[in-house]
Amino acid sequence: MTAVPLWEVFVRPRRGLSHQHVGSLHAPDATMALRNARDLYTRREEGVSIWVVPAASITASSPEERDAFFDPAADKIYRHPTFYEVPEGAEHI
Amino acid sequence: MYGNDIPEQPGTAGLLDEVAAAERDLAGRDHDASADPTAYFDAVIAADGKIEPRDEMPEAYRKGLIRQIAQHAHSEIIGMQPEGNWISRAPSLKRKAILLAKVQDEAGHGLYLYAAAETLGIDRAELYRLLLAGKQKYSSIFNYPTLTWADVGAVGWLVDGAAIVNQVPLCRCSYGPYARAMIRICKEESFHQRQGYEILYTLATGTPEQKAMAQDAVDRWWYPSLAMFGPPDTDSTHSAQSMAWKIKRFSNDDLRQKFVDMTVQQAGVLGLVLPDPGLSWNEERGHWDYTQPDYDELFTVIKGDGPCNRERMAHRQAAWDDGAWVREAAMAYAEKKKVTT
Ligand SMILES: [Fe+2]
Ligand SMILES: [Fe+2]
Repeated sequence: MTAVPLWEVFVRPRRGLSHQHVGSLHAPDATMALRNARDLYTRREEGVSIWVVPAASITASSPEERDAFFDPAADKIYRHPTFYEVPEGAEHI
Repeated sequence: MYGNDIPEQPGTAGLLDEVAAAERDLAGRDHDASADPTAYFDAVIAADGKIEPRDEMPEAYRKGLIRQIAQHAHSEIIGMQPEGNWISRAPSLKRKAILLAKVQDEAGHGLYLYAAAETLGIDRAELYRLLLAGKQKYSSIFNYPTLTWADVGAVGWLVDGAAIVNQVPLCRCSYGPYARAMIRICKEESFHQRQGYEILYTLATGTPEQKAMAQDAVDRWWYPSLAMFGPPDTDSTHSAQSMAWKIKRFSNDDLRQKFVDMTVQQAGVLGLVLPDPGLSWNEERGHWDYTQPDYDELFTVIKGDGPCNRERMAHRQAAWDDGAWVREAAMAYAEKKKVTT
């Protein structure tokens, strides 16, 4: 028998919030994955919307490269407002 | 409270607070990546951070976690059987609906945990195979029979109660996916314990026959529940390394003591007696003294000779075999749709 595919499950907990990863499950197709996700991850009204994504379709950054990959942001502290000195007396900035 | 009118139980609320605190602490600790992956692993563990699936980790850490999470998942799945036994004979529609919801939760717990194990690079199908081949274990407690309706109460109160005491510290386990699964599970478990406690309270305040039935169930489930915490610390094989890696946080004996201390008071409120004449408050230790469970019995049950081992495994095997055509049909349908669209 072919292996039953793995799906990653994302749930929107309430209107106004974005979908968040809650876990994974196995299902033969997208319809079944959605139903299983409902039964597995929203038994207590934990969500108002569900996405299921085939785990095989996800491209992830590599943990071994975490240094090099995220490095470009590390020395650009001028991207944060706290980098700047605001002269005494300036308001609403 | 799920609309149930039962006396307050000390202890459980505090444990739920611990789960919430573990959830808050999940994030917020990250580390300077070091060129040496082993140093990175050690630094994360030392700083109480979380190891995530694709991080470098010692092979023994990975293997040990797979063993522990799989055993835990199998316990949730096999654990549906003793209670499932009473779904069709629950005394009212309300009790039946509650028991169904509880057993469905246990299926969910099994699936969260299989998913956590899979992040370590093992297939769920392989874990099923190892269980059915007798190569991986499940908790010894589920090899005891549920003889009366009161057993459903005793299982919820004592077995789920002991499970909660065991599991709350796992919400802080160093492996991220396991910790997150445990947080989810612990939040659901407290309903399990309370519904069991309510069943026993109803029986214990009912007719003399009902009270006797409740007492009989407690008499039979008390020592097997104490044995759920595993062998005494002096004989425990996996503990030291597991503590060093922050998978386990407290010793078997410490957790067992915590469970006894919580449960004695709760039994008093029920008006039921825990079957231990040696139970007495030790002022000096600040804990209850109690009689240890029979560890020879525990090992007999673990080795496969408990009252229901064969029945549980035969049932699991039959469920797997009987479901084969459904799995095959669903996969065939999925393949067919792929071809036509
Ligand atoms: Fe459970
Ligand atoms: Fe439970």
